[in-house]
Formats: sequence, structure tokens, C-alpha cells
Amino acid sequence: MNTVWTISAVLLTAAAAITMFRLLAGPGTLDRLVALDTFVAVTMCAIGTWAAFSLDTTVTYSLTALALISFVGSVSVARFRVRDKDRSDGRRP
Amino acid sequence: MSTGILDVLAAALVLGGSVLALTAAIGVVRFPDTLSRMHAATKPQVLGLLLVLAGAAIRLRGHADVGMLILAGLFTIITAPVVANRVGQLAYREQSFRDDLLTKDEIIEFGDD
Repeated sequence: MNTVWTISAVLLTAAAAITMFRLLAGPGTLDRLVALDTFVAVTMCAIGTWAAFSLDTTVTYSLTALALISFVGSVSVARFRVRDKDRSDGRRP
Repeated sequence: MSTGILDVLAAALVLGGSVLALTAAIGVVRFPDTLSRMHAATKPQVLGLLLVLAGAAIRLRGHADVGMLILAGLFTIITAPVVANRVGQLAYREQSFRDDLLTKDEIIEFGDD
């Protein structure tokens, strides 16, 4: 059974690393916002996996907190961000 | 430690959620424009997270804190469409998508309200 938890942890770590690439490199603010949402979701998955692996329920409160805080953060960015400048790759701004 | 059938089910659910998270991460990196990336990002945000939470809830059965897992899943289901709506609208208005990848554009046909 430990193998399954280890595989899950490896998959989630790889997912977080790959998402972090888009978060750092994303051409626009919205791309970064989408990547950040994905990153938070992966983090929540990891916390849930940890709770299931260790039978430790103290981390479950942070799951609820993350779900709410990430919503507030994403809506704030979508509301208050500054438009991206014209890009040079042929797409409209 | 004897491994019950419920623990196996929980592990399978968590593993499925992790696989979905990885595929979504690959999609977020590989897809060409913002709308496609949103499409890929939705998978771990709702389905993958719900699978993991269900697995954790099955594994933690009997604890009082299982309610927190259910609450986290509920909040995610409620808030994900709001964020997706806002981001999708912004991405459409700023044209940060590729026209040639759209098969149908209903906002142009029916107007942007």
C-alpha cells in the first residue's frame, strides 16, 4: 500500500513542478492566473494525499482555508489586474 | 496492518486524482492559448480534487474532521465556476486565444452581454 502513496506523491510533485514552469514563463497575466489556480489545486490534492497517508486530520482545515483563499485571490487578480501590453508574436493585445 | 477493501478503494481514488493532476499540469504547459489552458486546468481543480478528497474521506472514515474534507470539496465546486467565468470573459475580451483553434464563436453570433 505504501507504493501507491509514493506513486501519488511523485505524480503530484511532478505536476507541481511542471505547473510552476507555466507560472514563471506564462506570456500573459491570465496564463499565470490559470497556472496559479492549477498549482493551488495540486497543492490541495497533495494535502489530501498526505491526510490519507498519515491519518493525520489536523491538515484538513488548511484544505478548506486554501479553497476559499484561492478563490478570493483569483477573483482579485481578475478584477484589479492591469491589461497586458501588445505582444510581438502577431496576436492582438 | 490488515488492508481492508476500503483502504484499497481510497488508495485507488487518490491515485486517480494524482494522475489527473499530472495530466492537467502537462496540458497547462503544452496547450497554446489561455482558453485551452483553462480547459486543461479545470481537471485537477474539480474532478481530481474531488477524487483525492473522496479517497481521503474514505481512509479517514470515522474521524470528526471528515466534514472539513466535504466542506473543502463543496467550496471548490461553488467557487471554481465563478473564477472560470471571470477569467474566460477577460481572456475573450483581450483576444488572448487563437482564432484558428475556435470551431464556433457564439459570443460574436449572439452578442457579448
